[in-house]
Order: sequence, then C-alpha cells, then structure tokens
Amino acid sequence: MSTATVPPEPRELVPDDPRRRLTLVHGGHTFAEITRMVCAPVEEPATRGWWVGFGIAFAALGLFVAMVVYLVLVGIGIWGLNSPQGWGFDITNFVWWVGIGHAGTLISAILYLFRQKWRTAINRFAEAMTIFAVICALMFPTIHVGRIWMLWMALPIPNWEAIWPQFRSPLLWDVFAVGTYFTVSVIFWYMGLIPDLATLRDRAKSKIRWLVYGILAMGWRGSARHWANYEKAYLILAGISTPLVLSVHSIVSFDFAVSVIPGWHTTIFPPYFVAGAIFSGFAMVMTLAIVARRAFRLTDIITIDHLDNMNKIMLATGMMVGYAYSMEFFISWYSGNKYEMFTFVNRAFGPYAWAYWIMITCNVLVPQIFWFRNNRRSIPIMFVASILINVGMWFERFVIIMSLSRDFLPSSWGYYKPTWVEICTLIGSLGLFFTLFFLFLRFLPMVAMAEVKNVLPQADPHGHGQGGVPSGEPA
Amino acid sequence: MSDKPKARPAPVAPYGVMAEFVTPAELLRAAGRLRARGYKNIEAYSPFPIHGLDTALGHGGSKIPWIVLGGAVLGASSGLLLQWWTSAVSYPIKVGGKPYFSVPAFVPITFELGVLFSAFAALLGMLALNRLPQPYHPVFNHTHFHRATDDRFFLAVESVDPMFNVERAERDLSDAGGQNIEVVQA
Repeated sequence: MSTATVPPEPRELVPDDPRRRLTLVHGGHTFAEITRMVCAPVEEPATRGWWVGFGIAFAALGLFVAMVVYLVLVGIGIWGLNSPQGWGFDITNFVWWVGIGHAGTLISAILYLFRQKWRTAINRFAEAMTIFAVICALMFPTIHVGRIWMLWMALPIPNWEAIWPQFRSPLLWDVFAVGTYFTVSVIFWYMGLIPDLATLRDRAKSKIRWLVYGILAMGWRGSARHWANYEKAYLILAGISTPLVLSVHSIVSFDFAVSVIPGWHTTIFPPYFVAGAIFSGFAMVMTLAIVARRAFRLTDIITIDHLDNMNKIMLATGMMVGYAYSMEFFISWYSGNKYEMFTFVNRAFGPYAWAYWIMITCNVLVPQIFWFRNNRRSIPIMFVASILINVGMWFERFVIIMSLSRDFLPSSWGYYKPTWVEICTLIGSLGLFFTLFFLFLRFLPMVAMAEVKNVLPQADPHGHGQGGVPSGEPA
Repeated sequence: MSDKPKARPAPVAPYGVMAEFVTPAELLRAAGRLRARGYKNIEAYSPFPIHGLDTALGHGGSKIPWIVLGGAVLGASSGLLLQWWTSAVSYPIKVGGKPYFSVPAFVPITFELGVLFSAFAALLGMLALNRLPQPYHPVFNHTHFHRATDDRFFLAVESVDPMFNVERAERDLSDAGGQNIEVVQA
C-alpha cells in the first residue's frame, strides 16, 4: 500500500507542546469546502469500490440470514454447544460486538465532555459503528434462545400465566442495558445528524432527495435559539451516555461475574470489560477510518494526528487489559482457592492454551509498538495492528467463556468446537455490520460537518483562532 | 448576487428583514450593534453554533436541563416501581433467599430506565423548544438562505419588533455590514 507515504506536514501541526493550539483540520479549508468534501460521497454516483465492498458485505449478510433461518428451523443442536459448555461462539460474538460499539460512545460522549475537539472528525462514523455493532450484538442472544418466538418473555408484558421476568437476573439486566444503549445511541446519533441533514436538504438537486432529507431534518434552520437548545441537549446526552456506556459493559460482565463459576466470579470484571471494550472499539474505528478517509478523500479532516491520538488510546487501554490479565492470575493465587487457581493455570496451559496465547499476543504485545512515534504514524502498521487487536479481543471473550469446559468435576469435563454453522454465522454478522456501514457511507454524511466547521480557526468569532479574523465587539 | 438592497413594493405584513454575513465575527458584531440600537426581536442563523451569540442577541438560557431532569426522575421511578410491583406484589417468588424487594439487584434496571427516559426527554425537549418539526418557515424565503447550512450567516430583524420599520431595518443591517438584504414574506 502506498498509503504509508504521509505527505510531510509542518511540525506545528503536531501537539508536542500541549499548550499550543492544534490545527485540527489540515489544508486551510473554507466552510464551503468542508461541506463539499463531506457531501461528495453522498451526492456523487457510487464508486466501483463502493459497489464491490457493498456486494461482498451483502453476500455475507445473505449467509447470516441463511444460518439464522437454518437455526430457527432446526434448533441450536446444529451448534457445537454441549454440557458443560452451554455458551460458545454466540455469547463470544455478543460480547465482542457490544464491546466494539463502545468506542463510538466513548468518542462521541466522553471525549466531548473532556473537550477533546479532535473527536469531531471521527465521531459521526464512530457513532454509526456503535449502532451497527449493537445491532449485530443483539442478534446473538436473540438467536441463542433457540425458540426466538418466545423472546417476548424477556420483557415485562402482562400475560395469561401472570408471571413476570426475573429482575434479579443479570441476563435480564442485559436486555434492559443493551436495549437502552441501542436506543440512546440512535437518539444521540440522530440528534447530531439533524443540522447535517439540513445541509443535505439545502443542497438537494432532486425532488426526492429534498423531500427525504427535508423530512429527516424536520425543518432545522440553524437559528441561535435552535443551536442553544441543541447544544444543551447534546451536552446532556453526552453526560448521560458516559455513565451509560460504563454501565452497559459492566452489566455485560455481570453475566459472568454474578455467577459462581471459577474464573468468572470476580470483581475486576466490570472495569476490565469496559477497558477491553474501548480497546477493541478503537481498533475497529481505526480499521474503518483508515479505509474511509483514503477512499473518500477526507485525509485533511481525519488527519494523521487523529490516527496518532487513537493509537495512543489503544496503547493505554491495551495496557489496562494486560494489567487485568495479570491481576486475574495474581488474585487467583492470592485467594488460595483451588478451583480459581486451576482455572487460570488451565487457561494458559490447558486445552485452550492456543486461544489464550493468541489473546496475549494480540492484546498485550501488539499495542506495545505504539510506544514509537513512527509506528503510531504509519498507516500499514496501524492497519494491521487494529485488525490483530480485534482478533485478540474476540479471543479474550472466547477464553473467558471456555472456562466452562473444565468445571468442578473431571467427570463432567468437555471440549467445545464450533460447527461450520457457528463460523458462518460469525462471518455473516460481519456482513450485516458492513452492509449497514456501506449504506451509511452512501446516504449520510460520514463526518459531522457542523462540528468540524466549528473547530476551523475562522469559526472563532473572537479572533483567537489562527485565521486572524478580527475580534468582534464585546457583547 | 446583487449587493444592493432590493427595491420592492412595501409588503403588507412581512416576516422581517434579513441580511447575509460572510464570517461569524461579522455576524456577532452586527448582532451586538442592532441590540445596542434597541432592537428586541432579532434572530441569527448560522451553519454551526457561535460562541457568545446568545448573549449578543439577548437570549436567555435553555430550559432543556429541567426537561431532562423530569425524564430522569420519571424513568428511574417507573423502573423501580415496575420491579417492586412485579417482584414483590403481583407474583412474589423467593429466589436465592433474597427479599422480594431486592434493592441492590434492582439498581441496574432503575438506572437504565432513568437514562432511557432522559435521552428521550433531551431529544423531544430540544425538538419541542425549537418548534420542530416545522416544514415551512418564512426565513427560507431569503434567496440565499440555502447557504445558512453551508457557509453563510444571517441576521433577521423580525416585524414583531416594536421598533420594526422596513427602511430602518434595512439601513441598520446595511450599516452593520450586512449584504443581500431582503424583506422576507411571512
């Protein structure tokens, strides 16, 4: 890939001195140029690359649908699950996809609260990634129940048997947590889109585009009152999404931690799961951003500095995950509990040792390359690393779930192998994710235009920006 | 794209007079000037939020936080009530020797529903306070208004203003640096 050759940029663009103001958008673009650059992929005819990518993703989605239909018709016997191994690919995939989603919320909410303005370039499609990843995640517990027509029993709906869901169960907390997370992510995303939908409406050349974007934009006209309410609502949504995202993966970890299985019943799970979620989510944002910024010529908006920052976050969260792995071992030894100790020795040296060492390599060793600035700014290196990290994070959940294969009695030990159906379902879920993502790239602005314009130097009415606009009269 | 104010027959009841500006700094300065001249009902339109514009226009703060607080209280209390009523009143079952009303186990869903209702309150509150959805608004009649979501900044003196007078508004907007000054019909 020739993408490694980053054009030489002036040194001042890199915030080595934290007191200096950072130029977030390169190339000195005007407001109108930002609009044009971001709207181009939505307004111009689809490229051949888009069609190829969409075609592959859509074929994989077809595979997913076929596997789900097969499962519903035959039952979960077509999967490799057994006793004692009642969870396998299904829950691994669920936790993996939810985790990927979390980076979108981290970027859109937590970085917003911390006033990390560089996030404006990537938050829109990171949020889209969140929504699509959570859709994929929700598929797995749904089909794992087997008789999916009974799924309504997870909801508190009055029924003829007069019974209610078991509210003391973490699995039910999960239904509410992931359901809320999905809904709030959609609300946050849609609200952020309203001003940009208005831009598309006002640029529409055809009646149908004008009508569709017009309805979606709801008559937004960008008045000062609009913006005041909008900004306040956006800030509050960021404020409530932050504890929400932390709660969601904590609750997902409760699925394990509230049980009394050795290796699962541990208090480190909530923070460790959240750190892992952010880690894998950033890796997925990275994979997508590297391709999208190049394919849609947005390298001035999603700059190498953005990628550098994301690599730093991956390094930090990778270290947190590595710390959690070692602390799990320490606590199992320190507890003096035979079953705990056995579980962890078994993880590293038992039948699933291969998975364990893939996990350690991808999640702990690979991110260490980001200590070096040249690696953080090399596109091929970070692209490969981001994919390896997602592989590693998938194996992390797999390793945790495979604890079930060696439970308290050796006579009930088993070994789990996925069947071809489970492997095809996993590939198919990637198809679902990428189909949605390709449609998003084609029909919605992938960069939050209003927010990016706001971080241009000429957007500062008080003349503090580097554009040197004269200062306004004090109000 | 004429820079001259358009000479039009005096309208019956216009919505107001609107001018276009090229930079946020010009808009902010013009808003401050018009306020200083005593206008009360002026509104600015921009492709992105501009810091300090609310104060310059004399707008008060947003009421969104109170709406969201209401949503949060409603959501959390309905979450807790739902779990209490189903687990302790409608069909009490002992599980793991826990009390029927197991508060610690009910925290996650109470919290989640609080967040869910707050998010709806934030979105719907924002739309309601902004009077959206609203398919038609007079400001869209300004011939350049399609650029208000792209790269131009607009200031409108509304006809409901006690000081409103078409000629004076046009002159004041022009003095403040506005271009393409138009009378927009209601």
